[in-house]
Amino acid sequence: MKNDLLAQFNKAFESKARLSIMSVLMVNDSLSFNALKELLSLTDGNLATHLRALEDAGYVLVQKQFVGRKPNTTYSATPAGQQAFTDHLNALEAFIKNM
Amino acid sequence: MHESREHLQTLSEIRLLMERSSKFLSLSGLSGVSAGVIALGGAAVVYTRLRTGLFTTIGTYDSRPGNPVNQHDVRQFLVTVAISVLALALASGTYFTVRKARRQGLTVWNQPSKRLLWAMIVPLATGGVFCLALLYYNLIWLSFPATLIFYGLALLNGSKYTLRDVESLAYCEIALGLLSLFWPGYNLLTWAIGFGLLHIAYGLAMYYKYERTPHEERPAGSV
Repeated sequence: MKNDLLAQFNKAFESKARLSIMSVLMVNDSLSFNALKELLSLTDGNLATHLRALEDAGYVLVQKQFVGRKPNTTYSATPAGQQAFTDHLNALEAFIKNM
Repeated sequence: MHESREHLQTLSEIRLLMERSSKFLSLSGLSGVSAGVIALGGAAVVYTRLRTGLFTTIGTYDSRPGNPVNQHDVRQFLVTVAISVLALALASGTYFTVRKARRQGLTVWNQPSKRLLWAMIVPLATGGVFCLALLYYNLIWLSFPATLIFYGLALLNGSKYTLRDVESLAYCEIALGLLSLFWPGYNLLTWAIGFGLLHIAYGLAMYYKYERTPHEERPAGSV
């Protein structure tokens, strides 16, 4: 039983940083790189790596545009990402209830 | 067992992050108290200067013909007081909120605070222009309930982006404003209650609810 539940844990959310990124993107339509950095207190490189992993998994949508001459990159959660996040949270909850 | 505690902590951290990233939670209760005190001061100034008494309808006596100077004076005086109260209340409110945000280690100018500000500015600016129109047409007494009503609507709109408790303050302000509409003799009194007493009561309640007891919350999370 316990192992069944563990199997539903999403590998993409294994690190706490990625789970945090997804949770913040769930309640905000889109956030800039700097806003994410400030909220999660992660370093540039660390955040970029986690974001790329989530992007590769198809959970995060990256939009690059220019504000004047400055590049501005915003991130948002894809429907697949929202579904995966919800499933993961449900699994977490079920796991804790079964303890 | 250890694993479940870890997951529980992860869940509570997620909840905190979701709330912190979508809502402006640094609003200080002391901001409310200071704004309330300043509003009461403003009401006292109006009361003593105009000597209208708390139970007279402001603006009724200047609708008499042949008294244009007095009417103009009253209008100018009220606008000056209103703007000073607004500026002082905003300044002191900002001070306490910035102080709280610093203590929490958060920035003040971020996505949620921008959203909160925008949500409030639209109804507030509408109310401001509306009141100017009322003054323009010499409906001075009507501008008192109008400020309460529009301020209440602005709070209601903004409450989505900050502490949920702001919503109840909003309902009180709107109710008081509507009541004041049908109670023209008590304009200054209802205004003083709405901007003065309600702010002080709300501010104190928030202060004791969220700010006074950090030492009690700490043990639960830091074990």
